[in-house]
Amino acid sequence: MQPAVETKDLTRVFNPKKKKEGKSVTALDSVDLRIEQGELFGLLGPNGAGKTTLLKILSTLLLPTSGKAYVAGFDVAKDFQEVRKRINMVSGGEVSGYGLLTVRENLWMFTQFYGIKSRVANERIDSLLEKFGMADKKNEKVRTLSTGMRQKMNVIRGFVTDPDILFLDEPTLGLDVNASRIIREYIVDWVKNGKNKTVLLTTHYMAEADQLCGRIAIIDNGKILVCDAPQKIKKLVKTSTTLSLDVSLMMDKSRIRAIRGVDKFTSFDDAEKDVTHLRFVLEGDAPVSDILSELTRSGSKIISLQKTEPTLEDVFIKMVGKGFE
Amino acid sequence: MSDTWLMRNLRAVNGRAYPRIIGSKREPSWLFFDIVLPLLTVAAYAYIYKFNNAQEQFIGYVVLGGAMTAFWLNILWSMASQLYWEKEIGNLQLYLMAPISRMSILAGMAVGGLFFTTLRATSTLVIGIVVFSVAFTLSNPLMILVIFVVTMIALYGMGMMFASLYLLFGREAYHMSNLMMEPVYFASGFYFPVKYLGFWAAAGASAIPITLGLDALRQLFFAAGSGDAFLPVETEAAILCVLSVVFVFLAKYSLDYMERLGKTSGRLTLRWQ
Repeated sequence: MQPAVETKDLTRVFNPKKKKEGKSVTALDSVDLRIEQGELFGLLGPNGAGKTTLLKILSTLLLPTSGKAYVAGFDVAKDFQEVRKRINMVSGGEVSGYGLLTVRENLWMFTQFYGIKSRVANERIDSLLEKFGMADKKNEKVRTLSTGMRQKMNVIRGFVTDPDILFLDEPTLGLDVNASRIIREYIVDWVKNGKNKTVLLTTHYMAEADQLCGRIAIIDNGKILVCDAPQKIKKLVKTSTTLSLDVSLMMDKSRIRAIRGVDKFTSFDDAEKDVTHLRFVLEGDAPVSDILSELTRSGSKIISLQKTEPTLEDVFIKMVGKGFE
Repeated sequence: MSDTWLMRNLRAVNGRAYPRIIGSKREPSWLFFDIVLPLLTVAAYAYIYKFNNAQEQFIGYVVLGGAMTAFWLNILWSMASQLYWEKEIGNLQLYLMAPISRMSILAGMAVGGLFFTTLRATSTLVIGIVVFSVAFTLSNPLMILVIFVVTMIALYGMGMMFASLYLLFGREAYHMSNLMMEPVYFASGFYFPVKYLGFWAAAGASAIPITLGLDALRQLFFAAGSGDAFLPVETEAAILCVLSVVFVFLAKYSLDYMERLGKTSGRLTLRWQ
């Protein structure tokens, strides 16, 4: 079976002619990726990692600088009209459509760009609005909707054209827990119950990727660092110990960093709460006592301490040497 | 060209025209801003002509010019600037990603705009006729229709071309539209026959389709119009046909160029670019 998405040595450089001036940005660097039909695939990475650039190339909005990208077997650079018939994309925080139209009219308008008959379009719209808990909003003007409602409408816009492959770029960005849950559940159902429906989801919410995706690729600085099932990826740090600590605000962390056995280390100062959050990936348990001793010696007060199961974030910290924040 | 392709694009035209058509119903403030306010300018010119004892048909020229102003404003503010604003609000990438010709999106804007603007222009015309007792003659209604249609095709073709150019060169569509408003009012002879600008100035102004369209309509609507004509109606109709083809072709070319450039540089879909 041909893959839903395949990239070969895919590279995208912005302002390549300004390399000497230091204004050139390599957003994607030799990316090789293969996503099978029917997969719910996650692309995980911090802001600026290259996730959105990859999605824009796959959705035919950008051309690669070099390398190849195929969607549903079609070259995104040459056969873009064939690609466009089979895809849709939704971005988190987008404000698409027109405020003076109602929710139903807005969604209908977008279906017309895909040649869907009005009767079919309206049936799908009503069904999706029902599933997303927005049936009572269908005749409300878009400009009166809350951010969450508007984002749900945008997600519906992605599904209403019934694409084979759906690109979701941070679809739950800034949404409340309930709205996020509804969207996540629908994504999972759509892939599970659809015939070879594929979703490529980008997110920087680790838990979201872990919960939804069958496979995940972690991307940073335009490079794919690892690509596998979440459980397998987490095994990469299984031999390590992960430790989370909250201590009173700590200015000098150089001595902590220097402790033997500290494989990777991140910190975040919350000046408002007067707390420093520390996260360690350690080579075994041995360094724990050294860390605690050093904290005591430096006068920092330990507020909480937790030894945790490895998460995707730990994998990221181990591979990149920094957290997502 | 398959039926599916054609139907998809016709549906796209219908879909994009819809917000414009429904907008006229949902936002009735246009009745004041787009009919009452332009009438003030028409009235100013009409009274100047009256007080200077100008020939009767000049007041009719002004009323007709005032009605046609609506189309030029629609071209500037709702066609030329539109893709720029669509980019700013995030719709442009959704249009570019859809499996349709980009011309369908612009054609949808044009059809919707034309419908709405014809309403506005007709309202201005009717009020102008009633207030200033203008006498129109309908000696050749078919020719009037032909001139109006080819003028609109050429004019909206030019608007479609501008839409791409604004995206390529214009950071602030607002300023570009402002820049082109008053000079075109003057050069196209909205309030006086363009013949009086002199041959070469009128010939230059004829690159803007509304100049010749308006000149031809004045000849057809007013018995004395031919005396103030720049060129014979048939010649103007032929030039307008050529302009229609040229502008629609240039619109398609510049749209393709804009998309290609956008995909290469990322400027059209990445706002930080």
